[in-house]
Amino acid sequence: MEQANKAIHTEPDWTPPGKPNRPNKTRKSFFTEKRKEALSGYLYVSPFFILFMVFGLFPILFSFYLGFQQWNGIGGFGSMEFIGLQNFKWILTDPIFWKSLLNTLIIWVLGTIPQLIIGIILAYALNSVLIKMKTFFRVSIFLPYVTSTVAVAIVFGIIFNSQEFGLINVIFGIFGFDPVSWETSEWGVKIAISTMVFWRWIGYNTIIYLAGLQGIPKELYEAAEIDGATVKQKIQFITIPMIRPIIILTVFTSTIGALQLFTEPMIFLGRGAREEGITVVLYLYREAFSNLAFGPASAAAIILFIIIMILTSINVFVANRIGK
Amino acid sequence: MSEKIQRKKLQISKGFIYVLLAIAAFLSIFPLYWMFVMATNHNSAINSVPPAFIPGKELVTNFSNVLNTIDFFGAMWNSFVVSTITTIGVLFLCSLAGFAFAKFQFKGKNVLFLLILITMMIPPQLGLIPQYFIITELGWLNDYKAIIIPGLIDAFGIFWMRQYISSNVPDELMDAARIDGCSNFRVYWNITVPVIIPAFATLAIIKFMYVWNDFLWPLVVLREQASQTIQVALRLLIDNYVRDNGMILSGTFWATVPLIIIFIFLNRLFIQSLTEGAIKS
Repeated sequence: MEQANKAIHTEPDWTPPGKPNRPNKTRKSFFTEKRKEALSGYLYVSPFFILFMVFGLFPILFSFYLGFQQWNGIGGFGSMEFIGLQNFKWILTDPIFWKSLLNTLIIWVLGTIPQLIIGIILAYALNSVLIKMKTFFRVSIFLPYVTSTVAVAIVFGIIFNSQEFGLINVIFGIFGFDPVSWETSEWGVKIAISTMVFWRWIGYNTIIYLAGLQGIPKELYEAAEIDGATVKQKIQFITIPMIRPIIILTVFTSTIGALQLFTEPMIFLGRGAREEGITVVLYLYREAFSNLAFGPASAAAIILFIIIMILTSINVFVANRIGK
Repeated sequence: MSEKIQRKKLQISKGFIYVLLAIAAFLSIFPLYWMFVMATNHNSAINSVPPAFIPGKELVTNFSNVLNTIDFFGAMWNSFVVSTITTIGVLFLCSLAGFAFAKFQFKGKNVLFLLILITMMIPPQLGLIPQYFIITELGWLNDYKAIIIPGLIDAFGIFWMRQYISSNVPDELMDAARIDGCSNFRVYWNITVPVIIPAFATLAIIKFMYVWNDFLWPLVVLREQASQTIQVALRLLIDNYVRDNGMILSGTFWATVPLIIIFIFLNRLFIQSLTEGAIKS
């Protein structure tokens, strides 16, 4: 009331005290509702773009630049020297770089493919109407995903100890096999690292498949049952086609994840980063931060980027074709 | 007759499914159990054939050895602070941007949103080396900021929030608030935020877990022990020439326990959040 009284004296166009006196935004000011909205819009989305310029886009462009420079990072930014494709030449003739690519590929196959197959089977089992204690099984199978990658690598590093007291070697001993030198042999290292990947991610993928299975209408199965379909036929003709998009998704994400594998080999192999298990990102890290060879490391990053882009395009292509 | 066969068949497949799931559950839990067993045993009991399979008496000794090797609680605190602040920042910035993308009209909106989606496809390692030098130039090495500020970039978070806000915040509610004279920010803060709490919970779990478990980036920018997160600090445990497995796994176990306890209490929310995010995108 007091305010309204004041308004009578100060404002030339007086409004009755019953209605609040509010300035009409759309009429006078340059900032119409529409402009205000657009301005707020730009303001609200700007933090992402500003941060991305500084910590995303600029570093990426700079990586491409660094790939053509010789630089050890010590002499400041002025000490860079343009050397053309030398870094790429150097990387592509380095047997260890090819080794890291091959290792990454092998670990990807060993860690991912069994994981996805067993994931589907487990999801199928979890989705069965017969089962009680569903929560218990779901929670236990998902538990490894909550464990940090570093912790997983440390525990499995000890489980895959090369000595005869390493847990896997003890189990091997029970069945009369000789102990395997998991930490140093060509296949031992890869199997150990693949197992870590497998163990941490299997539950995650199982739950994703389970979500896919629960989306399949029950009527489909009932109809198939009436027609006398076997379990195998039901899986082959109903389940797999219905969750195909989810299978593609998991193959895609686990491929990208496998290409970026770093923590498991880093922890398992220790400072030496043995050739048997070195991955592309570990190679990149070692070149950059142990050898201070920032040029070759950037070249490796660019090659990794190209590989990931090619795989992404293939995936998009495949997904589009199958989707139709 | 045929019903009897069918019931028997059902029984067999039921048994088979239980065995399968029991094996899977056992293999999932066992390494965690074994971690605890080793955390409570002396190194000699671990390094023998057969190794210890039941908890021992060295719980306190092993853990005090951890405390003598690394600043365990300091590192846990660093992880907690960094993960919490990054998560809160991401919730705020992503919901604000998602709100703008979902409810506002402005030129270039769709192009900007597409750009955000494209950034999701770029592998983070591509810019790793220049990022390290940027952090160095800014003087943020060994500083929480080195993790928190770049961590605020979250394309998925914006995508997630936009989807949630467009389907859960009714336009009528916004219009009503505007007629009452609410500014755009107040529409966000008073009308949108209370409605999108479930989306906050999902994004918070995803982000917190990601920052808590991240290893490569903290390893690069947190060089001094005092600033290191628990994941980086754990690596120091295995970096000795003399490997005391009891001590190593004691540190690893106690670093893992908090998240597992939270997970078990909130298992439904956790599982739903972490997988739903993947499926929706």
